[in-house]
Amino acid sequence: MMRNLFPILTVVTAIMVIWYASSVGMNSKWTYDQAARADTEVSFTDVVADTWAQERPVLPAPHQVVAELYKSTVQKKISSKRSLVFHGWITLSATLLGFIFGTGMGILLAVGIVHNRAMDMGVMPWAIASQTIPILAIAPMIVVVMSTAGATDFLGKGAATAIFGYQPAFMKGLLPKAVIAAYLSFFPVVVGMVKGLRSPDNMQLDLLKTYNASKWRTFWSLRLPASMPYLFTSLKIGMAAALVGAIVSELSASPLRGLGARMLTGSYYGQTIQIWAALFAAATLAATLVGIIGWIQRRTLKKMGMAP
Amino acid sequence: MGFRYVSQEIVIQAKNLDLTFETNDGPVHALKDINLDIHKGDFVSFIGPSGCGKTTFLRTIAALEHPTSGSITVNGMTAEEARKKRAYGYVFQAAGLYPWRTIRGNIKLPLEIMGFSKAEQEKHVNYVLELVDLKGFGKKYPWQLSGGMQQRASIARALAFDADILLMDEPFGALDEIVRDHLNEQLLELWERTHKTIAFVTHSIPEAVYLSTKIVVMSPRPGRIADVIESPLPRERPLDIRDTPEFLEIAHRVREGLRAGHAYDE
Repeated sequence: MMRNLFPILTVVTAIMVIWYASSVGMNSKWTYDQAARADTEVSFTDVVADTWAQERPVLPAPHQVVAELYKSTVQKKISSKRSLVFHGWITLSATLLGFIFGTGMGILLAVGIVHNRAMDMGVMPWAIASQTIPILAIAPMIVVVMSTAGATDFLGKGAATAIFGYQPAFMKGLLPKAVIAAYLSFFPVVVGMVKGLRSPDNMQLDLLKTYNASKWRTFWSLRLPASMPYLFTSLKIGMAAALVGAIVSELSASPLRGLGARMLTGSYYGQTIQIWAALFAAATLAATLVGIIGWIQRRTLKKMGMAP
Repeated sequence: MGFRYVSQEIVIQAKNLDLTFETNDGPVHALKDINLDIHKGDFVSFIGPSGCGKTTFLRTIAALEHPTSGSITVNGMTAEEARKKRAYGYVFQAAGLYPWRTIRGNIKLPLEIMGFSKAEQEKHVNYVLELVDLKGFGKKYPWQLSGGMQQRASIARALAFDADILLMDEPFGALDEIVRDHLNEQLLELWERTHKTIAFVTHSIPEAVYLSTKIVVMSPRPGRIADVIESPLPRERPLDIRDTPEFLEIAHRVREGLRAGHAYDE
């Protein structure tokens, strides 16, 4: 534990030093301009103190971001439109739904590609092509098309009210965001699973042939378990990609909610501290989600006997 | 103890067998004009330099490769029919155990696929674990076992469904000499107990002579049979039989056969 702590602390300290120093450098122009306008002299300590406490700094100091994070999570009701927990949940719901769509789709495609030559030749180039299109370009189109088709809510107002008595906020406008998240997350799963399902060597396939095992058997007994380490690795990448997709989709989706929306509105009004707080919330969310998959991975592989 | 189980009943028969692989560099003549009878209870070794087609021939018996011309029958059927009837157990060069299954689980694999009942599965696994001297290791995972033990587990897996024929492709090739001697001794004991017909590919002359009732010497390009030696050694074979004049004489004849094949090559 101590052995890990030292290098981590060193890196964190280095980042802090650089960050605070950059804050001074980037924000001091405004301080000097203000001083010049007021026709006053400012000492260096005044400049440093001011650059770390501006309302709309170019680069907010770390403690400002932490304070904003605290203010917008602990000190706000989670149903408030100013709560990062509220916006985080909106993003999380789109991420998770998209991740489930994308992973399911990715696994199905991989199974098809491994077992069917036509799919092997036909699907992979399209999957690769799909990832070369900038998501920023395609996201608004998906939102527009799905809105026109009226397919934006996870459960429509009527259906949701019938079940819950009201329509939970996250359901509104969820579908296009989930589709965009799925669009980004299916690809690493396809690539990883194709590799995983093909990882058994010829000898292992020949062995099953000597048992006259069916294709289904070969899949179930050999290919699928052999692909597990590959699957988890792709799930981690897929989850991170789904989060990016959800955030990007929130830039064009309506209503304007979620961490992506917080970043967007922050940039409209020059609220840099708000942008950075949303950024850190997104990073924390990603780390947590990937961490959970990593935990499941260790548990599963250990249970399968594939890891000591 | 000179009694031999070798009978007159032919279980594997190759007639004018040819096999050519089409490769990007043109056709490769892997097997040419192979004629061979293997009788029930035989222990037949195939020995020769790499590229002589010994593994290819074993794979042809197993219907993992298919002859270009000529015929091969196993238990009176075509090799393909015999494969579908699960007529043989095959042991590969590497143990190839599934890392996600215990040793028991690995040995159960063919039994599950072939639809044995749960009770039968348990019975068979216990029997073969005892046969290869791995009792008490059933619950271990492959990575917890040494290379020699893993290979024994893979032999147990091939024996589990009690096919009459055991095909072994250099099963001890990757193991050190001491482990190999020990496993050779155990293999003979196992053969004695189970009365199986064994076809065994090797590139070790002492191994071939020590184990076999019949030694097939092969030579490369094209792969063909150079000599077939019926071993006069008794069935009971302690390891030190390898120092007897009879043993050395057979080993000498094998070496002659191999050398003749090479001379042809140069």
